[in-house]
Amino acid sequence: MKRVDIITGNAVPLLQANVDTDQILPKQFLRTISREGLAGALFFDWRFDETGAEIPDFILNQTPYRHASILIAGENFACGSSREHAVWALLDYGISCVIAPSFAEIFAGNAANNGLLLITLPKADVEALAAEAAGQSTDFRIDLPLQIITTPSGRELAFEFDAGTKRKLIAGLDAIGETQLHERAIAAFETQQNEALPWLSGSSAPGIAR
Amino acid sequence: MAGKTLYDKIWDAHVLASEDGRSLLYVDLHLIHEVTTPQAFEGLRSSGRSVRRPDRTLAVADHNVPTIGQANGVAAIANHDSRTQLQTLQSNVAAAGIEFFGLNDPRNGVVHVVGPEQGRTQPGMVIVCGDSHTSTHGAFGALAFGVGTSEVEHVLATQTIWQGRSRNMRIQFVGAAAPWVEAKDLALAMIGQIGTGGATGCVIEYAGEAIRALTMEGRMTLCNMSIEAGARAGIVAPDEVTFSYLRGRPGSPADSLRNQAELHWSQYFTDEDAVFDDEIVVDVSKIAPVVTWGTSPQDIAPVDGKVPSPTEFGDPVKAASVRRSLDYMGLTAGMPITDIRIERVFIGSCTNGRIEDLRQAAAVAGGRHVAPGVRAMVVPGSGRVRLQAEAEGLARTLIEAGFEWREPGCSMCLAMNDDRLEPLERCASTSNRNFEGRQGRDGRTHLMSPAMAAAAAITGHITDIRIFPS
Repeated sequence: MKRVDIITGNAVPLLQANVDTDQILPKQFLRTISREGLAGALFFDWRFDETGAEIPDFILNQTPYRHASILIAGENFACGSSREHAVWALLDYGISCVIAPSFAEIFAGNAANNGLLLITLPKADVEALAAEAAGQSTDFRIDLPLQIITTPSGRELAFEFDAGTKRKLIAGLDAIGETQLHERAIAAFETQQNEALPWLSGSSAPGIAR
Repeated sequence: MAGKTLYDKIWDAHVLASEDGRSLLYVDLHLIHEVTTPQAFEGLRSSGRSVRRPDRTLAVADHNVPTIGQANGVAAIANHDSRTQLQTLQSNVAAAGIEFFGLNDPRNGVVHVVGPEQGRTQPGMVIVCGDSHTSTHGAFGALAFGVGTSEVEHVLATQTIWQGRSRNMRIQFVGAAAPWVEAKDLALAMIGQIGTGGATGCVIEYAGEAIRALTMEGRMTLCNMSIEAGARAGIVAPDEVTFSYLRGRPGSPADSLRNQAELHWSQYFTDEDAVFDDEIVVDVSKIAPVVTWGTSPQDIAPVDGKVPSPTEFGDPVKAASVRRSLDYMGLTAGMPITDIRIERVFIGSCTNGRIEDLRQAAAVAGGRHVAPGVRAMVVPGSGRVRLQAEAEGLARTLIEAGFEWREPGCSMCLAMNDDRLEPLERCASTSNRNFEGRQGRDGRTHLMSPAMAAAAAITGHITDIRIFPS
């Protein structure tokens, strides 16, 4: 997993509420069996018309934002489908951090598992950051270890962040490897469940090749 | 000490470890499908890991399969990438020894229809699947939620998942539903009341007399839509309705263990003195059949209402979003909902693709015909549902009324296969999401119950089922 510590880059404001994962990554790109190569699919139906030409009104097609590293979004960002492809597409495009008043939960889990930094701030703060980002190609700086955003004007804004997710993002931990350290507890649970709930396991249970 | 909620009880029974405010939960059942698993199996291979509990994993082919010609197996899939995706699932599950219901297996179908009807979904379980509508299984008193592909890989390898504890929200449905007000209407009305992010961070327990009165199919429809309110999961305490549904299904406990299992399941209810973080009341008696007019499931109106005007919404951001939705949907503020003409109808999905849903559609369509210029599709939720509907004569009724009788799959709920709207086509749909482009680029979706969708197919416009000539 990609490690996260300090992110610098300009920001693109997209404050619409309830942007769903069908918009972030439309369904036709879910046929892939790879995690790679989804940058071109990001916000596809908003970026491109039926002929594949860019839609100039869409903000990612406008000059200062094309190479943005930070997305400033509206509330309940990435609601809807569980598709992790939405996170893969954002990262592949070059977005390393999304700042919003709130995020859908499945998306937040997916982001943490891929090193996409999500920062939750009060709506007024998000709107102020979006205003600072407007028309700017100047960099924001986001320091995860210190939990501070520095805006192009030099203003510093602290943010709260879950300690466990922070540790994982900074270390780039292998989540499965970490969990396997709990093997004894897992095995003990299984033994206990086999005895207490015999219909779930054993030769009469479903899922056993018969 | 305060009592426990149903959610607390399932949680506590599955915690293996806790750190940093998160807990490691054991997963009793892992449902998988072709779209969100290829990268997970690839991850296992590249790290030299194996599937820990193939016996607790069940695979189906649903999201990206054609709804005709399934007897031909993968050869029925015209698109190269889609075919590769299903073949990838087939080889992955074969290598891991995971049970798989492939195309043309009558047990195959939409994952959230198959799990319950096979008796795999049981009270008190923790169930995950790489699909947001996994909340469906909460209807049985299971803690069931959608996960991403990295989490699928984690569950395959360890049979566990890390979770932060959700808030407890209870939604009481009080009063009795009027005729033609179905579980779908309760779900949409609830989302309209609390908003599409209204239950973020929460597990919703659905309670009240109106919930007890629902069949298992109705409870599944309601729990299915929990994610559209932002909830981690939705859950209903199991009761005799649940137990009786489960008896005799292939994955249900054998007769010799049934009493023991039902006794175990009976402990999964919320204690009288348990305290919820949020309590919400929905007055069912005030709900009319519901239709969505916009591009979010929270954009609802009673069928006898009107398309709203952006100016009705004080918040300028909200007003702008309503304006955008109306523009996308091609609707005029103030027009009666029943004046909205439709060209397409979709009856199916994990929300409303079960036998009861098809019975309702057939009851409305019987002896009538789909309006000229309307294309109406019925996609049974599973092969079992399809066979049962054929045995009951529902398929014949629907076919004679001019509906297309398709083979099972997710189909036009997410339109990954060839079943999709053309640009600007308008659809009365029993699915769960009316997002922009959800059923096809520039397509326009109105969510509603199966009876309402069938009535729209007959008249060619959104129709108040309550005054539909019988």
